[in-house]
Amino acid sequence: MAGTLWIGTRKGLFALRADGARRNWKLAGPQFLGEIIHHVVQDPREPRVLLLASKTGHLGPTVFRSTDRGRSWREAARPPAFRTGQDGEEARAVQRVFWLTPGHRTERASWYAGSSPAGLFRSSDGGEHWEPVAGFNDHPMRPKWAAHGTPDGEFLHSILVDPRDPRHLYIAISIGGVFESSDAGGNWTPLNEGCAADFLPDPSVPFGHDPHCMVQHPGRPERLYQQNHCGIYRLDGPGRRWRRIGEAMPKKVGDIGFPIVLHPTDPDTAWVVPMDGRSVWPRTSVGGKPAVYGTRDGGASWRRLDRGLPHSQAWFTVLRQAMCTDTRERPGVYFGTTGGEVWASTNSGDSWRCLARHLPEIYSVSHAA
Amino acid sequence: MSCTVRIASPLRSYSAGAATLAARGSTLAEVLANLEQRCPGIRFRMIDEHDRIRPHMRLFVNTSEARELSAAVRPGDTVHVICALSGG
Repeated sequence: MAGTLWIGTRKGLFALRADGARRNWKLAGPQFLGEIIHHVVQDPREPRVLLLASKTGHLGPTVFRSTDRGRSWREAARPPAFRTGQDGEEARAVQRVFWLTPGHRTERASWYAGSSPAGLFRSSDGGEHWEPVAGFNDHPMRPKWAAHGTPDGEFLHSILVDPRDPRHLYIAISIGGVFESSDAGGNWTPLNEGCAADFLPDPSVPFGHDPHCMVQHPGRPERLYQQNHCGIYRLDGPGRRWRRIGEAMPKKVGDIGFPIVLHPTDPDTAWVVPMDGRSVWPRTSVGGKPAVYGTRDGGASWRRLDRGLPHSQAWFTVLRQAMCTDTRERPGVYFGTTGGEVWASTNSGDSWRCLARHLPEIYSVSHAA
Repeated sequence: MSCTVRIASPLRSYSAGAATLAARGSTLAEVLANLEQRCPGIRFRMIDEHDRIRPHMRLFVNTSEARELSAAVRPGDTVHVICALSGG
């Protein structure tokens, strides 16, 4: 088997399983029919383990855990929740668990979760019990860092754990910006220099930006990529200034989108899905002609990859968790659409085919080996 | 003495499919705490971390809607847990 694509949707969880050649795919599910599935993530340290973030239209948010590759699930005994505040404090409640990230390989049962409104949570027992990360949630600057949230609340996502150092973390808040911690979440520093924030009255602010998705290459962890509300960026540490690599995208397409994914072994190769960010922000494929764009040189140049995708009147959106790669040498690239389609390329984006249609709105697509 | 709690269908995965359960307590908070002991996880999906009833949940004691968990519950009362879902 080539693995499983876990498809989290607005109405349940689906799985696409491939044969070894990734030629034949079989759709299974739904599990959790009617539940909103924001994220499904495999534990690379223990591949039988998966965590899933869910809620329903009426019930509160929670986390489920599987120890048998997704055949059965058990709810966390203590899901992510903010601490109970003192009198007079803002009483924040988790509205949705939006993001899940396995901890460092040396901390085998550790996980992180991001929520809306923006909150960071940690589990030390494989996702069974969750604790707020006080260094962020109670940071005196947090009300300012996450001050411009949308009515749904701002989202904390893209929790990155440096493979070289379990204490070195990054998070992104949409809207709020990118933040870095070098002490396991005890303290945080904004990391947004060079990023545009053209929707703010003062675009030169140190935070308040809108990162949509941020990724770190495991083989070159000093490099970060970011798909932002205001373009595609790259940061090469130890520098602290983002560079807008999206400027190399065709002007008529632009460099706005939600997801960005990386080649599993080549830190110069990445893929994005541009969307229409003009005027009232339709956030659909540009001109109704969906395309993935790929770079093989760290963003110096981009190539349109649309063979097999619809050539007209296709107005879907690909959300930030809804794109992934597998771990093959020539990796498969996969994405799910708000129109309930799953698309796959097994030749690095050169051509695409549709694996599934008519699913509910897709929130996340993740690969499990 | 106990009351009856009518469980809305979205929560019956916690009550092993039961539509009604007997529970003890003289306030809604106590009734829900008693319910949680037998149905772990059910309370947090109705009530947030600040003891507020979640936006799409409604709790009634008999025919009166309760807005606070301090609402009184008497022996023989029926607590209705209702899901107020909107949209598609």
